[in-house]
Amino acid sequence: MCINDGIGYKNRIVARNFGSNVYRLRIPWRPFSNDAASNLSSSNAGNPTKEGEGQQYDIAIVGGGMVGLALACSLASRPLTKHLNVAIIDSNPALGRNHFIKKEDLPDPRVSTVTPATISFFKDIGAWQYVERHRHAYFDKMQVWDYTGLGYTKYNARDANKEVLGCVVENKVLLSSLLSCVQDTDLQKKIYPSRLTSMSILPNSSSLEEDSTASETVLFTHGRLAKLELEDGHSVYAKLVVGADGGKSRVRELAGFRTTGWNYSQNAIICTVEHAVENHCAWQRFLPAGPIALLPIGDKFSNIVWTMNPKESSEFKSVTEDDFLKAVNHALDYGYGPHPTSSLLGNGDIFSWFKGDITMSAHDCFEVPPKVAKLASERMVFPLSLRHASDYASKRVVLIGDAAHTVHPLAGQGVNLGFGDASTLSNIISEGIAVGTDIGEVSLLKKYEADRKPANVMMMAVLDGFQKAYSVDFGPLNILRAAAFHGAHYISPLKKSIISYASGEHRLPLFS
Amino acid sequence: MASSKLLSQPRWFRFLPRNLSNVRLFSDLPSQLPVSEPQNSIESKSNNRFSKPSSTPSSLKEPELAKFSAIADTWWDSEGPFKPLHIMNPTRLAFIRSTLCRHFGPFEGLRIIDVGCGGGILSEPLARMGAAVTGIDAVEKNIKIARLHANLDPTTSTIEYCCTTAEKLVDEQRKFDAVVALEVIEHVADPAEFCKSLAALTVHEGATVVSTINRSMRSYATAIVAAEYLLQWLPKGTHEWSSFLTPEELTMILKRASIDVKEMAGFVYNPLTGRWSLSDDISVNFIAFGTKEN
Repeated sequence: MCINDGIGYKNRIVARNFGSNVYRLRIPWRPFSNDAASNLSSSNAGNPTKEGEGQQYDIAIVGGGMVGLALACSLASRPLTKHLNVAIIDSNPALGRNHFIKKEDLPDPRVSTVTPATISFFKDIGAWQYVERHRHAYFDKMQVWDYTGLGYTKYNARDANKEVLGCVVENKVLLSSLLSCVQDTDLQKKIYPSRLTSMSILPNSSSLEEDSTASETVLFTHGRLAKLELEDGHSVYAKLVVGADGGKSRVRELAGFRTTGWNYSQNAIICTVEHAVENHCAWQRFLPAGPIALLPIGDKFSNIVWTMNPKESSEFKSVTEDDFLKAVNHALDYGYGPHPTSSLLGNGDIFSWFKGDITMSAHDCFEVPPKVAKLASERMVFPLSLRHASDYASKRVVLIGDAAHTVHPLAGQGVNLGFGDASTLSNIISEGIAVGTDIGEVSLLKKYEADRKPANVMMMAVLDGFQKAYSVDFGPLNILRAAAFHGAHYISPLKKSIISYASGEHRLPLFS
Repeated sequence: MASSKLLSQPRWFRFLPRNLSNVRLFSDLPSQLPVSEPQNSIESKSNNRFSKPSSTPSSLKEPELAKFSAIADTWWDSEGPFKPLHIMNPTRLAFIRSTLCRHFGPFEGLRIIDVGCGGGILSEPLARMGAAVTGIDAVEKNIKIARLHANLDPTTSTIEYCCTTAEKLVDEQRKFDAVVALEVIEHVADPAEFCKSLAALTVHEGATVVSTINRSMRSYATAIVAAEYLLQWLPKGTHEWSSFLTPEELTMILKRASIDVKEMAGFVYNPLTGRWSLSDDISVNFIAFGTKEN
């Protein structure tokens, strides 16, 4: 017996007799757009739906920021996941436009330092070529010191046999590169320019009626799909919801994940500045109220991230440009304390008992960062906090990026942790599909959590430790910090280890 | 087998009868798994409609059937009595995928029968990987639950579920490319007859995959005492230690049914991570892949 449904897709019902039992084969329900078979590609171009009707996807990525788009690119680059149907939900209008960056634009103050591990992830997913078309700045040297003048550390990428320590890229460049990358792939995707209002996921249950058609609503009521409702009235159904919507994640809130964390009583001022000469080194000086960092962006521009207490930050935001530039140069130079001289704790002779190779940079002297000549952007102020979700995954929901963890910017690690999450999640999804798992199953998603949580928590602990260690002005502690600076500067295995950990090569410091 | 070759193998290997020394262990194999894109193969071969009453004695044990029938509703509750099976599932599938793909190639169009499918925990992923799956179980309730659960996902709604036994299917002269019977043989009355039925269902040069629990001191301690009494993962009395088979016995009865066991692997549970993994340790749970030669 054959039955043709209205779309011309052939189904077969075969009646079977086994002894006294007669069973009918279910009519294979016409597969929706998540079908992998190529012979259905013509009907896959996204069913035209009326306003208010739902659309079904394999994965709904809520949040089309850098980390959400990186996940989409990563899925598009793997053979087992590139056939998935993905919805991206983000009300940012920039996602609807292509090439929103002009070469003559001044650098945006919102930048990220991408580690070598992230750079190689971007190369794997094919997005780095787009980044290279815009402004980006590799740096291979870094100097870290504090206001006490008791010590400093210089890092050089060649200490750990690398070419670069990292690359500073504007966030809008990263976003546009990832967007271009994902649009150039064959991944079936749809961008919903709206905000998420509500999400519901029901527990698993089996259908009680044999003849029910497996529409989205039925699949949803039986716990096979999550239902997302958007502000513009659309309903999106998905097997898996990925929360990539940032520190104030709505997905995290709706899914009921608890968070722990605290606000640092610090704000960060960020802005773009210009020098008279090119800058190829990353500079960070720990001041009593918080660190000031000067990162090269390229073309004689640098980015300033200055962490301080909230009162000072609102002062500095409102003073004149000249006064602000004077304050910055003061903070990077003689302000708050003297230059470190290497004679205080010896020339590293006390470390000569340690028979390791001395790194190149151990002979580098302390340098003063280049003077800041001009302010090239407005000054923006952000409050800093640490936040961590107690769980990253539950049934049909998983969190990545800032939605799962927010850290202090003092080591430029935040978004790199997010990219690590995206890479691991897409790997886990691929492995799940390889053995036919339902991608929304908790046991699969918990594998992602078990991989990323320890690494993320460890990094957060390290950064938090630094933040606390450097915010206390206490004589013996200052000496200890100085010793730490000297140690990191002269003991090469330690330096190599620090560079490797900060480059994202090892998930846990010192133990791998 | 030259004695020098025997001596160079792992310690326990030397005491095996010849049957197992030809078997490749999991870790000898290259770790590259072939990547096959899951394709939805909706083609189901037409079936014979023989309804001759079966006269073959069933190899099943009635009390065993009753045990499973009682907890049938909880098959898909991943926190319920079948939780260990759900956790072990991806690991067994990795072995099946690895061996079958190396033998046949991509799963598309492959006819696989899951003997003793229960609620369909194994059948559904196999269907998602692109195979044409038939699931049979002697417990009526299981088939009902399996069918209801599979119907909700278009990729699994093509699975053919029947409440029948392997012997009855043999009478109907059904044939399959791959016959998979996981965690079943320890519940049947006559394992040798059961294996003969499995072999009869397999096409020439097809594959048969059987998994069970080893009959060893260690398996008594883990699968019975720990699993049923201490940790209470399984209801008490789920398994009877005396009906477990050793790998050598399984290999022998499969050989007598013309199935040549080619590969074997063990499942090992890591209590720290809570996950199962494939290994060479076949002292508790193990799985065997064989091909049907004439």
